[in-house]
Amino acid sequence: MSKHDMTAYENMELLRFTTAGSVDDGKSTLIGRLLYDSKSIFEDQYEAVRESSERRGEEDVNLALLTDGLKAEREQGITIDVAYRYFATPKRKFIIADTPGHTQYTRNMVTGASTANVALILIDARHGVVEQTRRHAIIASLLQIPHMVVCINKMDLVEYSEERYNEIHDDFEKFASKLDVHDISFIPISALLGDNVVDRSEKMDWYEGSTLLYYLENVHIASDHNFIDCRFPVQYVIRPNTDEFHDYRGYSGRVAGGVFKKGDKVMLLPSGFTSSIAKIDTFDGEVEEAYPPMSVTMLLENDLDLSRGDMIVRENNVPRNDQDFDLMICWFSDKPLQLRGKYGILHTTQDARCIVKEIRYKMDVNTLHRDMEDQTIGMNDIARITIRTTKPLFADAYRKNRITGSVLLIDEATHVTVAAGMII
Amino acid sequence: MNYHLNHLKELEAESIYVIREVAAQFENPVLMFSGGKDSILMTYLAQKAFYPARIPFPLLHVDTGHNFPEAIEFRDKLIEKLGVRLIVGSVQEAIDKGLVHEEKGYNASRNSLQTAVLLESLEKGGFDAALGGARRDEEKARAKERFFSHRDEFGQWDPKNQRPELWNLFNGKKHFGEHFRVFPISNWTELDVWQYLHTEGVELPNLYFAHQRDCFMRNGVILADSEYITRRPEEKVEKMMVRFRTIGDMTCTGASLSDAASLDAIVEEVATTRITERGGRADDKRSETAMEDRKKQGYF
Repeated sequence: MSKHDMTAYENMELLRFTTAGSVDDGKSTLIGRLLYDSKSIFEDQYEAVRESSERRGEEDVNLALLTDGLKAEREQGITIDVAYRYFATPKRKFIIADTPGHTQYTRNMVTGASTANVALILIDARHGVVEQTRRHAIIASLLQIPHMVVCINKMDLVEYSEERYNEIHDDFEKFASKLDVHDISFIPISALLGDNVVDRSEKMDWYEGSTLLYYLENVHIASDHNFIDCRFPVQYVIRPNTDEFHDYRGYSGRVAGGVFKKGDKVMLLPSGFTSSIAKIDTFDGEVEEAYPPMSVTMLLENDLDLSRGDMIVRENNVPRNDQDFDLMICWFSDKPLQLRGKYGILHTTQDARCIVKEIRYKMDVNTLHRDMEDQTIGMNDIARITIRTTKPLFADAYRKNRITGSVLLIDEATHVTVAAGMII
Repeated sequence: MNYHLNHLKELEAESIYVIREVAAQFENPVLMFSGGKDSILMTYLAQKAFYPARIPFPLLHVDTGHNFPEAIEFRDKLIEKLGVRLIVGSVQEAIDKGLVHEEKGYNASRNSLQTAVLLESLEKGGFDAALGGARRDEEKARAKERFFSHRDEFGQWDPKNQRPELWNLFNGKKHFGEHFRVFPISNWTELDVWQYLHTEGVELPNLYFAHQRDCFMRNGVILADSEYITRRPEEKVEKMMVRFRTIGDMTCTGASLSDAASLDAIVEEVATTRITERGGRADDKRSETAMEDRKKQGYF
């Protein structure tokens, strides 16, 4: 890194993307290539993986071994869990949530998708759009990943055919029109040979779009947060009780939506009282405005009693303040969902309980088909349910805000997280 | 409109959120402090999270007795500056009391003894959450670690049965006697840490900067000569220009040849280096899944 780059990193952005796929669609190869070509694999890591691959009698260096670090995974040659991998270019730092592709791991895909800016979907050019492609796209749409990039891989095995590319492109687009996805890009690649991954392919003159890395470095993510609807869930109250800060009472938290400015008139929930922002404080000094995903401390003009779970919003733009919600859920537990069952519920900084009043339908994650009859919701199932909470939640539709629109359901006996829910 | 944070500020905001979540969800948290740059970063972020109040929990140092003296000196100054309480769990004391047995031989290390002392200290203090500075990019078993990592009443980690973590919702619910390990800097890489320490001008022990030191080579790792290590006859001490990329026990922390004497130079070195920082840790080299095995037992 030259002296010039030393300051350049201060302008780098963070992009999170998710990948899913099975062993043979070239996902590991693609990730390996991104990591390797961006010099994010270290020599000792590569050496260790090369040695393990050799011990297993594998011909190629198996890059999945880089993160399939758990004993059971290495023994069975499968990825059990979401693996987080990191790489950076001078423009952006990337976090890949790499999830296994098999049906039974929907829960991992959902987990990886929950924080992603981009969903990277891999299609084998020989096979076209298959069930797994559809499943991944449906989950990306359900979790409202803002951008989707469809990589049509193994182009080298279909003679770099433009016709084949167009066929798959059209197939996917037709299917995607049924989904809630707004920004889709398509890139023909060969992960194995490197075509259009980091460097432009010389074999596909007919393709005029960008390479995958260029896409990842430039896709517009600055608007991925909600900057319209002001939402500040109070996370923790700071009271120093020192001589210097005797009357200091700060409400700390992470901005979940909108832009808060010093002097803004605000409303406090659940009380409905109004006040204005006296100061937005941080360790590095006062700031004029706070927006997602900043962690700050707010001080208000009036001495009001706010605590964790409360929310600061704008008077003319309030969230739903309700106890009855419809949710799309992904079920995570091997113990099925209990109709009329009671669960703990986590929402922003609120902690409440809820009862499941109705199971409306189960969704087939491969076809989008709604099954109104089947009331058995088990591990990895996606369903729409109705709940009632013990106290009001200050919530938005998930489509409007991924932070104020999401919940977790907790088993009250074991304390285990049993479902992720998105408010409709 | 241009509302955006750079990657370091976004990582900082995420970590501060997680640290505050610990203070809010748990009754008696503690911050595990090793003296290394990651735990120094953790105390720095905790300071930011609660400003202008003090960090509302104590620091816990598991002292192997084989520390670099510079690290201890730095620790004591930092504690004074932060105005927090320091709890020391002593491995030497545990050996003297017969709680653990010291390894023998040339490669003897107190690393594995730390686990028992850590668990004992957590139990004694009644701590229900222990914050640590582990990162997912450090080691493959850590790549699958959660921010909020549940431990049973024996302090064990069950990697196959972890709670899924979505959005920024952290489930810290537990039964009596169980606890959580929490890793707020999970998403930072070594380079992120150095870039951040550099832009923020965070003070660090001089061990991280290039200096002359008496060292010797063992299994390709440069070790600092000290009274805690028995050298083999063929292992000759030489003066070398080195710095440490991690700081742990003197018996197993490898140095690297370097003339990076400033944060500027270190960021540049880390950005171009081709070996991971744990490449110099003899404790990870014991087997392919050495870290996972230790973590399951309750290691940090």
